[in-house]
Amino acid sequence: MTYAILQRLAQMLFVMFGISLLVFLIFFGTPGVDPAARIAGRNASPEVLEAVRHSFGFDQPFYVQYLTMMKKIFVTGDLTSFVNRGWKVVPAVLDTIPVTLSLVFGAAVLWVVFSLIIGVVAAAFRDRWPDKLLMILGLIGISMPVYWLGEVMNLITQSRFHDIWLFAWVPPLGYKEFGKDPEGWFLTLVIPWITLSILYIGLYGRVLRASITEALQEDYIRTARAKGLSETRILLRHALRTSLIAFVTLFGLDFGALVGGSALLTEVVFGLQGVGKLTFDALQNLDLPVIMTTVLYASFFVVLANAVVDVVYILLDPRVRTS
Amino acid sequence: MILQVTDLRVSFRTEHGMVRVLDGVSFDVAEGEVLGIVGESGSGKTMTVLAVMGLITDPNAVIEGSIKFRGRELVGLRPREMRDLRGREIAMIFQDPMTALTPVYTIGWQIAEQILTHEKVSKKAAWDRAIALLAEVGIPRPEEAVHRYPHQLSGGMRQRAVIAMALTCNPALLVADEPTTALDVTVQAQILDLLRKLQATHGSAIVFITHDLGVMAELADRIMVMYAGRIVERAAREPLFADPQHPYTVALLNSIPPLEGARPHRLQTIAGAPPSLSNLPQGCAFGPRCPKRFAACAARPRLTLPPHETACFLTGAP
Ligand SMILES: Nc1ncnc2c1ncn2[C@@H]1O[C@H](COP(=O)(O)OP(=O)(O)OP(=O)(O)O)[C@@H](O)[C@H]1O
Ligand SMILES: [Mg+2]
Repeated sequence: MTYAILQRLAQMLFVMFGISLLVFLIFFGTPGVDPAARIAGRNASPEVLEAVRHSFGFDQPFYVQYLTMMKKIFVTGDLTSFVNRGWKVVPAVLDTIPVTLSLVFGAAVLWVVFSLIIGVVAAAFRDRWPDKLLMILGLIGISMPVYWLGEVMNLITQSRFHDIWLFAWVPPLGYKEFGKDPEGWFLTLVIPWITLSILYIGLYGRVLRASITEALQEDYIRTARAKGLSETRILLRHALRTSLIAFVTLFGLDFGALVGGSALLTEVVFGLQGVGKLTFDALQNLDLPVIMTTVLYASFFVVLANAVVDVVYILLDPRVRTS
Repeated sequence: MILQVTDLRVSFRTEHGMVRVLDGVSFDVAEGEVLGIVGESGSGKTMTVLAVMGLITDPNAVIEGSIKFRGRELVGLRPREMRDLRGREIAMIFQDPMTALTPVYTIGWQIAEQILTHEKVSKKAAWDRAIALLAEVGIPRPEEAVHRYPHQLSGGMRQRAVIAMALTCNPALLVADEPTTALDVTVQAQILDLLRKLQATHGSAIVFITHDLGVMAELADRIMVMYAGRIVERAAREPLFADPQHPYTVALLNSIPPLEGARPHRLQTIAGAPPSLSNLPQGCAFGPRCPKRFAACAARPRLTLPPHETACFLTGAP
């Protein structure tokens, strides 16, 4: 067990190193991409460019620049933005984490609960109308772009129908800290949670339905029937239980990616200052220190989520345990 | 009679119309008797016992005829009542022990699950009984084996676990669908020994399916030969092996080495392939492959009267 954890940690460091190097090379090593020109603005004279280059350290060799940046992120923690000089990047990223975590956690609870219900009900009624209806709804959920859905949600709950009783409770956009205002935290996040989870509810519901239906064809289901078990028990304790393995894998990957910043669009639409939004803004003005920090943070979460998946795997599937 | 099957017909709705998989199958099983069913692949052996178990779940299946278990009609029985019988009074052993157990639960859990489904006993009692059953089927160190997952046991041990599971509620009828086909030859012999021993101690009637006539000769009291969803011959073991009547049975027996005596220079195979069920010939289904075919075979033969029943005009079938 200890060995497995150490192995994971080493793997995580390796992945983070690789990704940071790659990002660094993309922003400094790609011909035609010159952060100095970007910072200095259009029509800057060569002298100004040179001054900028020197003051930001772009005239030093790659590896010096890279090492300085890594030291500032991990050791001194005083990395500053290229764009807003003096703006401390590490605390800024740390500030966005609770926002993204709140958003993704809540959405994950919704999508796990509802996709489990949908997958099981659809599999129980396979090929009959409740199944067909749920699968069509799932498909619609998958095909709605999250950005568009978020805008529509805002249109409905913030302006058009804000005054009817159904949506009067919806607070204005923005994030409220859980520690200070738990109720406000909850209310502001309800609509973003729903918006973000709809795609995953559709996707996971369909995936689960497919894997349960497949499991129901297995020999051990016939054995379970021959034992005289009820259909409900066969569905939940045998077919669903063996299908959860695929479900958990998918979940770990999506969850890691979302916490790592892929909830970007939802964050933008609902004015949530999360990791995704921060990365998005930094990309727009090539603010490399911010990009580097958020990317490292994201890779950390993706690897962490993978490690958690592996542990859950061991709990779920005895065959993995022994081999 | 513990089981009486009369004129069982099973058909499936397919794109090519109705395909009749079982056509007029009738047989009965006495208390404590071992009935063997043999036949080529696709002859409907599995389908016959699945119908008895009420395990034909395909919504396109149409089941007609009568299946009486201890005088109670099973065709059309409500699913609840059928479930109550299954696993308690009628149990089944499947062909492939590798896939017959749910991979994520221990052997003990799966046996206890069946006990708890049918009997009001404590969990502890159910587990104790699981251990006793594993000991009975010859699994070494059963107190440890109950905590094993299926993948941790060898094929033979798994099949023993499956047999233990089938015996949990002391069923009156045990259905075994090729329980040894997927196993090594040595393990096959052990499992057959075990079944024979258990049959003596538990006294359950057994319906035993195999396409291995050698296995059949060791275990069955009576043997029923199936071809293309029909019964072609049925007799007690000795007369069937000593004096097979139907040309198909003769061909089957010629295709295996004799039980005693010298091995013939070469074994015979049955010419041709089994017919497609959606396109059966008029009359005798074996006709096109039969070396003794004659004019009368254009009509469909029925079974002669017991004790040695055959569906062949050469033996005076009606
Ligand atoms: N769902 C189905 N729809 C249509 N035909 C089916 C279906 N299930 C089985 N059959 C057909 O029923 C026939 C009898 O199958 P069955 O499994 O009883 O054969 P078997 O004698 O047990 O053969 P084997 O020795 O291979 O186990 C086969 O020809 C098969 O193709
Ligand atoms: Mg079969």
